[in-house]
Amino acid sequence: MITVKDVEHVAKLARLELTEEEKELYTKQLGDVLKYVDQMNEVDTSNVKPMTQVIDFSNVMREDVPNQEISKEALMANAPEEENGFFKVPKIN
Amino acid sequence: MVEQELRDKYEVVIGLEVHAQLKTNSKIFAPDKNEFGQEPNSLTSPITLGMPGVLPVLNKEVVNMGILTGLALNCEIPSRCKFDRKQYFYPDLPKGYQISQYDEPICVNGHIDINGKRIGITRAHLEEDAGKLVHAGANGLAGSLYSLVDLNRAGTPLLEIVSEPDMRSPQEARAYMEELRDIVRYAGVCDGNLEEGSMRCDANISIMPKGSKEFGTRAEIKNINSFSALERALEYEIDRQIEIVEEGGEVVQETRLWNDDTRETKSMRSKEDANDYRYFPEPDLMPLEISREWVEKIRATMPELPAQKRERYQSLGLSEYDARILVEQMPLALFFDKVIELGANPKTAVNFMMGEISAYLKENHVEITETKLTPENLAELINMIEKGTISNNIGKQILVEDMITNGAKASEIVEKKGLSQISDEGAIKEIVQKIVEANPQQVEAYRNGKTNLLGFFVGQVMKETKGRANPQTVNKFVREFLEG
Repeated sequence: MITVKDVEHVAKLARLELTEEEKELYTKQLGDVLKYVDQMNEVDTSNVKPMTQVIDFSNVMREDVPNQEISKEALMANAPEEENGFFKVPKIN
Repeated sequence: MVEQELRDKYEVVIGLEVHAQLKTNSKIFAPDKNEFGQEPNSLTSPITLGMPGVLPVLNKEVVNMGILTGLALNCEIPSRCKFDRKQYFYPDLPKGYQISQYDEPICVNGHIDINGKRIGITRAHLEEDAGKLVHAGANGLAGSLYSLVDLNRAGTPLLEIVSEPDMRSPQEARAYMEELRDIVRYAGVCDGNLEEGSMRCDANISIMPKGSKEFGTRAEIKNINSFSALERALEYEIDRQIEIVEEGGEVVQETRLWNDDTRETKSMRSKEDANDYRYFPEPDLMPLEISREWVEKIRATMPELPAQKRERYQSLGLSEYDARILVEQMPLALFFDKVIELGANPKTAVNFMMGEISAYLKENHVEITETKLTPENLAELINMIEKGTISNNIGKQILVEDMITNGAKASEIVEKKGLSQISDEGAIKEIVQKIVEANPQQVEAYRNGKTNLLGFFVGQVMKETKGRANPQTVNKFVREFLEG
C-alpha cells in the first residue's frame, strides 16, 4: 500500500512541493493505480522473458559520423539566460 | 599519519570505478562532435540539450569500442544488453536523466593481472557523460551565486569499468589504475588522461581487522585527478577510518570528496540522502543483440596489449624494468617497435630510447612524435654502430646534435663530418706509439704500478682521433706498448 511517506519521498525526488490536501489525494490516487495494475500479478509469468520494448527490434544504430548542422546561436536561442556562451542557471542547492 | 603498528592491525579493502571517455568521432546518442577544449556549447544538438520530442540513436562505434575494451579486460560479452534511465536532477544533464546500463551491461566477469595478482572486473557498462558546470562567485558549489553550464561534454560516450573489491593497498589500487590506463590507450579507445578528465576514478574503500572475513562499511571517494592523488586520497582515508574505529566510533557509508590542495576528504553526502535513481529500461532505445560473429570480428582487430608487449620486449632481451618503463610511455614504445621492425638491435635501441632520447624529450617537454627523429634514421644509426662503422659514443653524439634536432640522416652526417670509425690496425698502432712516446713520465708511472693510467692513454688516443678509433683496438695496442 502507498503511504503519505511514499508520496512525500517521490515528490521530493521529483522536486515537487505538495500541500497536505494534495498529499492525501495523491496517496489515494497512486494507491488506486497500483491496485489496478496489481491485477496483472494474477497471471503466471514465470516462463515469460521480461519485455522492455513493444516492438521486436534490436541493434538500431548509426555510423560514427559527426554532424554539427545546427548553429550554436540557434541552439542557445531558447535559453532563458546566457552568460559568455554558457547557459546560466539558478544557484544549485 | 597513523602509526605503522596500528595500521598493521587492519586490512584495507579497495574497489575502483573507472570512467573512460571513448575516442569516437561523435557522441554516443547524438551526432555532435566528440572533442575536448572547444568553445562552450559549440558541440551540442537538440538531442544533447534534451529538447522535447528528440530521439537518441546509438553510435555503432561506441558499441565496437565497448566490446574491444571488454575483451582486453578478459570480460564476457553477453549476447544481449540494453540501456536504462538513471534519474536525477542536475543542470549538467538537461534531460533529467542519464542514459546508462543498469542490469544488463555490455561486459561482465573480467579481470586483469597486476604484478602476478588477479584483480576481478565485475562489469563494464556504456553511458553518456554529463556537461560541465562553472560555479560563479565562488571556488566551488558552496557559496556560489549561480552556475554556468557547458554541454559540450554531455553525451560523450563513457565506459564505466567496475572492479571487484580485490585491492588491499593504495599502491595496488594505483598499479591497477595505471594498467587500466595503459590497456585503454593501447586498445585505442581512450586517451587515458586523468588530468584532463578523459579517464576518471572513484574509489570505494573500507577497513577491517586483519583476519576478518567481513568487510567494514565503505566510503566512496570522488574527485581523484591523478595517480598520485589516488594514492594520497586512499592513504588519508585509511588513517581517517582507523582513527574512527580506534576511538570506538563507526565509519558511516557516504560519498566523500578528495581535495588535493588541503590533502583531505570531506563528506559530500551520506547514504540517507543518497540518490534514489529509479532506473527503468530506456524506452527510446532498442536492446542490443551482440552476435558471436560480431565479437570475433572485433577480437580480430585487437592491438597488442601492454602485458603482451612487456613479455615480447623481455623475450627480445630487454630487462623487466626497461620493458615496463617503455610500455608505460606509449609513443616511445610504438616508435621502438618501428625501429626494431627495421632490423635494429633491440638492446641498443632501448638504451638510446631510455638514455639520450628520453633525456632530450624530458628537457624539452616534447613527445618523440614531435621531434624530427624518424624510426628509419635511428635504425640506420644503430645498424652503423653494430657494423662498427661508427663508435657508440659518436653515435650518441650525432643522435643528440644532429638527428633529434635537425632530422639529419646518420650516414650523411658521418660522411660529411668524417666520423667513421678507424678500425685499421696499422693506423691505430701508429697513433698509440706516438702517444706513448710523447708521455714518458706516465709510461714510467704505469710500469711502476699505476695501472689506472691505462685510461689516460686510451683517452689521449681517442682525443687524437676525435673519438673515431675503435676502442677495443686502442685498448689492445695501449696494453701492448705499455706492458711489452
